[in-house]
Amino acid sequence: MLSKSIYTNNLNDEEERDFTISILSENSVGMLHAVTIIFTRRKVNIESINASDSEVAGVYRYTIVIRAKRSVAEKVVKQIEKLVDVLAAFLYEQDQMHYQEIALYKMAKKNLSSNPEILTVIANHGAKILPTELDYEYFILEKTGHKNEIMNLFNDLEVYGVSEFVKSARISVSKSKRETRTLIEQLENSNFNLIDA
Amino acid sequence: METLEKKMLSLAETFKDREVTGSEAVIMSLLCENVSTIFGYPGGAIMPIYDALYDYQDRIKHYLVRHEQGAIHAAQGYARVSGGVGVCFATSGPGATNLVTGIADAQIDSTPLVCITGQVPSHLLGTDAFQETDIISISMPITKWHYQVTDAREIPEVIAKAFYIANSGRPGPVLVDITKDAQNQKINFSYKKCERIRSYQPFPKPKQADLIKAAEFINNSEKPLLLFGHGVLIAQAQEELKKIIEKAEIPAAWTIMGLSALDTSHSLNVGMLGMHGNYGPNLKTNECDVLIAVGMRFDDRVTGDLKRYAKQAKIIHIEIDPAEIDKNVKTDVAINADAKIALRDLLPLIKENKHSEWLQEFKECTEKEFEMVISDELYPKSGGLKMGEVINKVSELTKGEAIVVTDVGQHQMIAMRYYNYHKIRTNVTSGGFGTMGFALPASMGSKVAKPNETVIAVIGDGGFQMTLQELGCISQYKIPVKIIILNNNFLGMVRQWQELFFEKRYSFTEMVNPDFVAISKGFGIEAEKVETREEIEGALQRMFEDKEKPYLLNIIVEKEVNVFPMVASGDSVSNIRLS
Repeated sequence: MLSKSIYTNNLNDEEERDFTISILSENSVGMLHAVTIIFTRRKVNIESINASDSEVAGVYRYTIVIRAKRSVAEKVVKQIEKLVDVLAAFLYEQDQMHYQEIALYKMAKKNLSSNPEILTVIANHGAKILPTELDYEYFILEKTGHKNEIMNLFNDLEVYGVSEFVKSARISVSKSKRETRTLIEQLENSNFNLIDA
Repeated sequence: METLEKKMLSLAETFKDREVTGSEAVIMSLLCENVSTIFGYPGGAIMPIYDALYDYQDRIKHYLVRHEQGAIHAAQGYARVSGGVGVCFATSGPGATNLVTGIADAQIDSTPLVCITGQVPSHLLGTDAFQETDIISISMPITKWHYQVTDAREIPEVIAKAFYIANSGRPGPVLVDITKDAQNQKINFSYKKCERIRSYQPFPKPKQADLIKAAEFINNSEKPLLLFGHGVLIAQAQEELKKIIEKAEIPAAWTIMGLSALDTSHSLNVGMLGMHGNYGPNLKTNECDVLIAVGMRFDDRVTGDLKRYAKQAKIIHIEIDPAEIDKNVKTDVAINADAKIALRDLLPLIKENKHSEWLQEFKECTEKEFEMVISDELYPKSGGLKMGEVINKVSELTKGEAIVVTDVGQHQMIAMRYYNYHKIRTNVTSGGFGTMGFALPASMGSKVAKPNETVIAVIGDGGFQMTLQELGCISQYKIPVKIIILNNNFLGMVRQWQELFFEKRYSFTEMVNPDFVAISKGFGIEAEKVETREEIEGALQRMFEDKEKPYLLNIIVEKEVNVFPMVASGDSVSNIRLS
């Protein structure tokens, strides 16, 4: 039988923790707003949010990270899935998906010359220097990883002065074997459209 | 049904490829959806649509309300008694925002509506133009679906989607906002009914394993209790419900939205759930061994404290909206399906059974409640008039066959408790949202949808004053609703709470009321005031005498009376008080 969401069962509901919600939606105006107000209503803060294309043309994917109890996260996901233009919404525990975030760090070039050990810090953290024009007075570092890794690098660099820092929302792919195309085909052919099919 | 489908198809065929404006396309699309009635109010941004409507007056009857809130509540009343979709029109800005209360009401009470609002021309969107408001964003959390049309070519498809979404699965309100330029734009009309939206799966089917498990619980149960809600009426599952409870002899109790799905006088109908419900079903919720909830959502007014709610029972939840399952009450078996389909499939798995001892317990509760509450409410010997005795008399005179539209408050609880509902879809009320001012306009819509039925609006003096301007609409179109104001010169329910929980500090609940009879007569509606027990029957008879005329009774009832039984807010249903 067709079920739009998948959940894992019987996980403990006591502690608040990070959940990743992945939403497949039609590309309609105002969708992001319609999704986010569901969190607002329950006063759940969104830790990060990303909107992008998905592997299926015309289908958008929102990736949202929230900190909540599991029972709350499940109810929120059901409310999101209820939106007419949402194809499916999935709730993931930390270990049910692969995820990354990307960060950029802007630093003055003169710091590099007075503190050459910065290069070692950069190398140890697996960050890379983005190519920039030679006459710029700054350089830009890029680091991809989990939030804690990104923040560790930030902490290590902060002593040398970081003039600008930005971190992206989490993006993730699930460990599930589900294929979005197959799921959409199932939706397109289901007999749930009429009362008694 | 088939002829209706055919009629709609042939209309779509007749209109095909006609070159029309967006406005005319709106009206033609409504005709293709078999709409015959619209409640609305014109204004600048929706004038082209009203102009198009002018040519279709022979096929669509439009009722000019006196405030847009009246239009939407009338559309709700229309939808609730007919099972069809209610339609209302409003202009942009204040016209649209005046619909908001009704949209929210329809959303929480699962009422199918299509609301069409005019919007400023698309090049003025976002410029703070005259009467511009972002009604799409405003209504986002309270609509089932919403869409802003800026290109007239979208109109037929969007309206087809609107009707499909509004009245499938768990019904709800849809808002279609149409910019003025789109209303004037020329298009070639073609209409196709919507039957599928891939991202929207309104009718999940029951799973056999769940049905078997549910049947097993029911068949092994010694103390089953079934709760039914609005979902039974929406799905038209009243026969299936009756068959199941009769086959297994299961006592059945109703939420206020489920009322009238099962005859009040049916021997297995054990009464009303919740805060002012009957003693038996509340008390026995915490004594039953299997609780079967059908088409209801365990509202806090029904459950009281969830931590002390039916903890001893196996919970079976039959519900079409997956977001309602496990939301408030954790289920042992969830059947995510339409109530009619689920009950139909469950029936053959249920064994015939008897539960006479268990039913006897309910009878004892009813007797106790009668002695301590009901008897004095229905048959008082002295003192001022009781709301219950009035409702009881109304019930007798109409043989329990009228459509009773209630507002919100004490009179609402009393009407539901004491009217004998013998026919389905005869209870119209604002259940989840508790919208004062709902009843008068909703009664107009109910009467328009069911012109051959007696429609009675029962309203408190507070709620009446929230939408009494609709007496103008009632008068203009001679909508023969029978209006009963149960007037205690108080916001009675708030006063009751103040008495019980705020040491009788009556903070702004007493009302100095106008002369309702004079007001009614001013609108050309016959009216009279009733102050004594002896006058009740005669006045009611005069009111019901001429079926073609609206009539208003201002019935002065005892000022400070409390509705009992009562489960205090946040308390357990076991602690239901009889006094």
